[in-house]
Amino acid sequence: MEKMRTPAELEELRRLLSKEQDASQLCVTLCGGTGCRAYGSEGVLEALQGEIKAQAIENRVNLRMTGCHGFCERGPLVVIQPKEIFYHGVKVEDVPQIISETVVKGEIIDSLLYVDPSTGQKIACESEVPFYKKQRRLLLDMNGQIDPTSVTDYITLGGYGSLSKVLSQMTPEKVIAEVTRAKLRGRGGAGFPAGLKWRFTREASGDTKYVVCNADEGDPGAYMDRSIMEGNPHRVVEGMIIGGYAIGAHRGFVYIRNEYPLAVKHLGTAIAQARECGLLGKDILGSGFDFDVEIRLGAGAFVCGEETALMASIEGRTGEPRPRPPYPAQEGLWSQPTNINNVKSWANVPLIIEKGADWYAQIGTEGSKGTKIFSVVGKINNTGLVEVPMGATLRHIIFDIGGGIPNGKEFKAVQIGGPSGGCIPKEHLDTPIDYESLTELGAMMGSGGMVICDEDTCMVDLARYFMTFVQEESCGKCVPCRVGTKAMLETLARITKGEGRETDIDYLLELAEAIKGSSLCGLGQTAPNPVLSTLRYFRDEYETHIYEKRCPAKVCPDLITYEVIADLCTGCMVCARNCPTEAISGEKGTVHTIDQDLCVRCGLCKELCKFDAISVR
Amino acid sequence: MADFSVKVVDDILNGYRDGAEGSLIPVLGEIQDRYHYLPRDALILVSEWLGVPLSQVYSIATFYNAFSLKPQGRHLIHVCTGTACHVRGAAQVLDRLQRRLEIRPGETTPDGEFTLETVNCLGACALGPITVIDGEYFGQMAASRVDKLLKEFGMERAKA
Amino acid sequence: MMNLTIDNQEIEVEEGTTILEAARDNGIFIPTLCYHEALEPYAACRLCVVELEGKRDSRLVASCAYPCEEGAVVYTNSEIVRCSRRVTVELLMASGEHLPLVRALATELGVAEPRFRLPPDDCILCGLCVRACRDIVGVAAISLMNRGMEKKVGPPFEIASNACIECGTCVLICPTGALKLQDITKEQEDVHRWDSLFDHHSCHICGDHNLEPQFSVDYRSLLGEQPLDEEPSEG
Repeated sequence: MEKMRTPAELEELRRLLSKEQDASQLCVTLCGGTGCRAYGSEGVLEALQGEIKAQAIENRVNLRMTGCHGFCERGPLVVIQPKEIFYHGVKVEDVPQIISETVVKGEIIDSLLYVDPSTGQKIACESEVPFYKKQRRLLLDMNGQIDPTSVTDYITLGGYGSLSKVLSQMTPEKVIAEVTRAKLRGRGGAGFPAGLKWRFTREASGDTKYVVCNADEGDPGAYMDRSIMEGNPHRVVEGMIIGGYAIGAHRGFVYIRNEYPLAVKHLGTAIAQARECGLLGKDILGSGFDFDVEIRLGAGAFVCGEETALMASIEGRTGEPRPRPPYPAQEGLWSQPTNINNVKSWANVPLIIEKGADWYAQIGTEGSKGTKIFSVVGKINNTGLVEVPMGATLRHIIFDIGGGIPNGKEFKAVQIGGPSGGCIPKEHLDTPIDYESLTELGAMMGSGGMVICDEDTCMVDLARYFMTFVQEESCGKCVPCRVGTKAMLETLARITKGEGRETDIDYLLELAEAIKGSSLCGLGQTAPNPVLSTLRYFRDEYETHIYEKRCPAKVCPDLITYEVIADLCTGCMVCARNCPTEAISGEKGTVHTIDQDLCVRCGLCKELCKFDAISVR
Repeated sequence: MADFSVKVVDDILNGYRDGAEGSLIPVLGEIQDRYHYLPRDALILVSEWLGVPLSQVYSIATFYNAFSLKPQGRHLIHVCTGTACHVRGAAQVLDRLQRRLEIRPGETTPDGEFTLETVNCLGACALGPITVIDGEYFGQMAASRVDKLLKEFGMERAKA
Repeated sequence: MMNLTIDNQEIEVEEGTTILEAARDNGIFIPTLCYHEALEPYAACRLCVVELEGKRDSRLVASCAYPCEEGAVVYTNSEIVRCSRRVTVELLMASGEHLPLVRALATELGVAEPRFRLPPDDCILCGLCVRACRDIVGVAAISLMNRGMEKKVGPPFEIASNACIECGTCVLICPTGALKLQDITKEQEDVHRWDSLFDHHSCHICGDHNLEPQFSVDYRSLLGEQPLDEEPSEG
């Protein structure tokens, strides 16, 4: 790939590529995100390659593995262009049929089509699938269209056009003004106005400045950043170069968690390619602006998503946060002015430059502009990535797009914001989502992880789960977080074991207040949120655990008993053979019994019983 | 570990000739990848080469989950305990694994075969609960599938 | 110079002064545990938190690290400050109830019994010893290892440190006496917790400036291998 030295050369390349790429040519695209790979999409890719070769049609059809399409529940996903024929749950065995019928003959395979559960209709075209149709995919659009390891794919669809525009037509101040006017708020969770932060960093004194991309997506259940890094890494790189130009930084770092090997690989490829064609390095596109970016791997510490801990990690120290002020904009990496933004914030930048601040500001609500990506997971039919304008309601996301709760269960709550967030019960499902509305409800926008809970989720157990997480991830520097969350965890653990005391709820509330108010960093300051929000909306569950020693959702092991239903038991002995503590007795053919003293409530017997003869209460 | 070699660590460090403190975590990452743990002597070499106090190197080795100071087993089991996997029953899967292997997360079986770890979200939530063994993803796990899975990796069923 | 108000008292300070320094210079007492004049603020104990008034509401900030700002309004002993300090001290009492320092704080703030208990520990993880060893003495013989509740102070691998010069600074600076002061001569073993193998030399601040510690144990010989500039051997 030749180095491009002027904006004109970039445009010329784009023109040539568009000409070469015949939009009407057949192309089989296959989702290569981590989720689909876990489903076996790499095997499907190999099969497709093999079958295309076997039928000798390499010159008639292209094959492209793309980034994460987002409809993770239905992977592996194959979409055949140009007609957008959408096949889900594709297995290796389906490949010969796909090639010979759909690719060669243009016939659609009914059995691989998505069926809309509400109408019973089969849908052949990807954009008609309700899951996608109801979204507004500004950031995730390209994920289904490009090969993330191909810079030419990105350029063909307009990539680096915004960078070109910025370097040749806009001053740094103008760029900051545009981002400010668009009212882009940081997508990492806190929602601080990006343009303002850029301005602070630009105005800070110091010759050496840095830009950083926080790709340490630590919230369990959130994988939007992973999907963008895997599926469209060039967009993030482009955003960072633009940001560097605006701020006056010549070096950037992407701090990415090591648990995302595919994202790391694709980002590395993107950076190498950008350097090769002159989009990173010295005198980018002849503008005189130098900029380069490096990857820095995380090492398994959730706290390193906090900006001062992140910077400490890059500097080669333990991830212990430090007090602010000074803010990174004034004193960041190696005490130099540094601007840190989340992956999605950077990914929004080329879009804002391309379409303009006014266009962007039309999307969303008054206080929260643009779109937001949520990872909708847990007890939900359509697990996947949902991108909607700010202001969409929870009901729309969870039921219209998410497809509601599986197995006919009742919705109970949606947990938003991970360990720093809170849960929202069904009475607030019609709340339009933006930064302020969520905070008012006791939750937090956070990075965008949305975990759906149903009637079988115990909210006390959920709060205990989050507190366990915080205890494992706390850096241990400050007393309120290190010891305070331990005190809260111990209390929650007692409650779930049936050892709760009358004073526990007030104790939890008092600790929560103190930890929130006096912890050193955001991790500690938000650690009590899940407890506070579950107490706010599900206090009765806590009280039942404490006063009645009962777990209404039948989850807490110490508060449930497993029993054999005599009428249904056939005496097959499957449960007895597998019980880890040999607590089940009974001869073959006779009704079994569970010895409650030996039973450890692991639930294996209920799982294994083919006759549904084990009950839990 | 008997196979520690100064040359290997030297080679890794050679890739960071201009590095100082900031190279510490990347260097340790490479050593961890190579040996599946951080040999003590490797840490001493890193400290001398990069000019960083040994106490700082040790702090880092013990602070971050990605690093292990003890040799890991032949098979590395990661149980995802992220929120989505949790609400879908990851705790039962982990519990079953703990019982069968008779170790807790962070530990290795005495025969050196299996190391059990928990991980907070791999980003493949549609398949939850997920367990990864040696980089292979096993989705929709349940306690009842654990025994069979362990057998695939060479573990015989313990006598009842 | 700038002006701010602390406990309804108008104070004039120089640029770059922290709230704690401003308070102390004006006779206003704020309790601290992890603060030391000779070290950079660490802001870990959270005992020095004060109430800082904002436009809409007020928040708690660590006075040891928070810089004075023009027009700031600060309260060092308001109800929310005392509430926060009470919980902080109660949490310290979980493992430190037996420490005179912690008991004194508890008495002053009116905390009777901790509602949460942990195994007793003399160390309150203020980090003063580690920071002094690294930033004042300059040898970094000890550091903080692990994280969360497992965090503790010690030399690398928790065996004898070969960087320790037995200066005793860590012992002197420890606020709880977790490190005991004894005579530091090379005749005595176990002079303090770090069990140095090092032959005594004076520290480079007050001693005879013998900056290069003489290792009594050569780690390279422990490895049984050649120095880096010679041909290395395997294993």
